[in-house]
Amino acid sequence: MLSKKQALLFFLGGTILFSIIFIAMSIDTVSKGIPAHTHEENMTAQVIHGRVLWDENNCMGCHTLMGEGAYYAPELTKVYDRVGPDVMKAILTSKVPWAPHGRKMVAYGFSNEDAEGLIAFLKWVGEIDLNGYPATPPLKNRLK
Amino acid sequence: MKYKSQKVAYWAFALSMLLIILQITYGFIQAFAHLGYDGLHEWIPFNTSMAVHKNLLVVWILSGFMGAAYYIIPDESDNELFMPILAYIQLGALAVVGVIAVAGFHFNWWEGRKFLEIPRELDFLVVVDVLLFLFVILMTLWKGKQRTTTAMILSVGLLAAALLYLPGMIWFDNHALDSFFRWWVVHLWVEGVWELIMGGILAYLLIKLTGVDREVIEKWLYVIVGLTFLSGILGTGHHYYYTGAPSYWLIVGGIFSALEPLAFMGMALFAINMYNKGEKRHPNKTAVKWTLGTAIVSFAGAGLLGLAHTIPQVNLYTHGTFVTAMHGHLAFWGAYGMIVFAIITYVMPNVTGRKIYNNALGNYAFWISLIGMLGMVSAFAAMGVTQVNLERRLGLDFMTVQQELHPHFWVLVITASIFTVGILLYVWNFMKYGLPTDEAIGMEDEFRTI
Ligand code: HEM
Ligand code: HEM
Ligand SMILES: [Fe+2]
Repeated sequence: MLSKKQALLFFLGGTILFSIIFIAMSIDTVSKGIPAHTHEENMTAQVIHGRVLWDENNCMGCHTLMGEGAYYAPELTKVYDRVGPDVMKAILTSKVPWAPHGRKMVAYGFSNEDAEGLIAFLKWVGEIDLNGYPATPPLKNRLK
Repeated sequence: MKYKSQKVAYWAFALSMLLIILQITYGFIQAFAHLGYDGLHEWIPFNTSMAVHKNLLVVWILSGFMGAAYYIIPDESDNELFMPILAYIQLGALAVVGVIAVAGFHFNWWEGRKFLEIPRELDFLVVVDVLLFLFVILMTLWKGKQRTTTAMILSVGLLAAALLYLPGMIWFDNHALDSFFRWWVVHLWVEGVWELIMGGILAYLLIKLTGVDREVIEKWLYVIVGLTFLSGILGTGHHYYYTGAPSYWLIVGGIFSALEPLAFMGMALFAINMYNKGEKRHPNKTAVKWTLGTAIVSFAGAGLLGLAHTIPQVNLYTHGTFVTAMHGHLAFWGAYGMIVFAIITYVMPNVTGRKIYNNALGNYAFWISLIGMLGMVSAFAAMGVTQVNLERRLGLDFMTVQQELHPHFWVLVITASIFTVGILLYVWNFMKYGLPTDEAIGMEDEFRTI
């Protein structure tokens, strides 16, 4: 039967081994993988400005981005392709809550510059290589 | 209890009780907002209620863990808590930081980082507070007459949880990198070091409640936490499938996260077996219910419902839908909510000296909250499946699908009300014990089986 000491060794051995592998993989991801997948060279000052606003206003508290966030408002990964910069600008600068289906967004009333930052940020996110996410709806063309 | 200083646990638990009620209140605000009743939008927009709901959850669970440590560590190391006054200060400070953070969420003072919304400025206060907590715990352990495996696992878990908070405090210009390290905190907490904390508390409760030999229990504890790290560390990859990281995470994350349920299965089998083996002389039968409950429900919520969407091919469609919320509720409640309730149920008679062990109120609280939560999870499951099929597979517009979810949201409101009744009964029972007293010292010696 397994002894307590063997059980301890199993715990320590597994933890150390898998931590090392995890850290090695993380180093590769952080130094090469993510910069390449996100096209870090396209991360202009404007994109970063948008990223800061995205963070400061907790947009993720309603929307998802890359599938992460809350489930109250639409997924925004491909919003630039879906609605385009003009509509986005109208939504972001609006002084009354945007609510095309009755569900309200906060009326941020961003300045032109801020809105353009956010649009640049969301365009940049839309170009990230997300390993196939969001998927094209597989049953869409079966609808008549 | 054995030592006077263990009484501080009571105050940590009282804080947990207060915060869970607030958490649930904000849960209802969110559910009604989803149904179109968003009258509070001006003052509490959805992102505010969401941030409050999740952060209060984390804080009441951490406060519960702290209370557990303040009770367990003196008992296990046979020693008064080191400078108990620091423990009181630390808990008071935690409450104050929590209040400031929650208030700030109402004034756009936060960071848009799911689960880590607390602003960086406050993060530093959190760190100082946690260091104080760890100082008290580790000094108690250091000065103690003995260092048991249970106490060590619990303390290592708490220490590692504190260390893992740090990667979440670094700023990255690249949003995908921010997300990458956010999971070092969130995932490596709930599917890593928090499981150590849970395992430590569970082992302690099983030792006390079943009377099975400590050596046997602690041996299996090592095996379980071994399985946790074996699967859970590389399992972090299940958050890296579709968030800008390389595709090797699909294979590695897929395989290892699919193994994660083994640790939770281990926990469930462990608790059930020890219970069957033991003499069960301890009169606190309600604590036994919560102890077995947490082991079993965490397997269902974290293990099985986690497995349900952790395979990359499935996650491609379920990622960021109500399927995730379904899993999130049962996993958090089963693993971390219920373990906190289990230790509170065990500790209350011992610190207050009131031998309320197996009363109707306590048992109703257990069953009603459990039934309510299972109902809520079913409602989220129905939403999740509907959303995945209509939005992700048929390609209907997001808001069109949201309106299709309303019936399930009504079920959520009803079942969440049942859950809330269970929680209120629990809190009422909690208050019936009264305040902790020194007269309770030595009280549970009569059940000491080892
Ligand atoms: C007690 C342990 C656990 C807790 C408290 C927990 C909680 C959560 C929460 C709150 C989320 C949502 C995170 C977010 O989107 O920000 C989540 C996501 C996820 N969990 Fe867990 N979980 C646990 C264990 C597990 C296990 C064991 C598995 C796998 C077998 C698993 C698989 C997943 C997956 C795949 C996601 C990502 C969902 C998505 O793509 O949207 N979880 N978990
Ligand atoms: C009355 C009880 C509750 C209600 C009505 C409720 C309702 C909700 C709602 C509507 C959401 C938002 C989903 C979204 O749109 O993004 C949510 C999120 C969440 N709630 Fe609750 N909740 C309740 C209790 C709890 C409890 C007791 C826990 C933990 C033990 C919990 C943990 C969570 C978590 C972790 C999330 C984030 C989930 C995710 O994003 O995947 N909730 N809740
Ligand atoms: Fe995870």
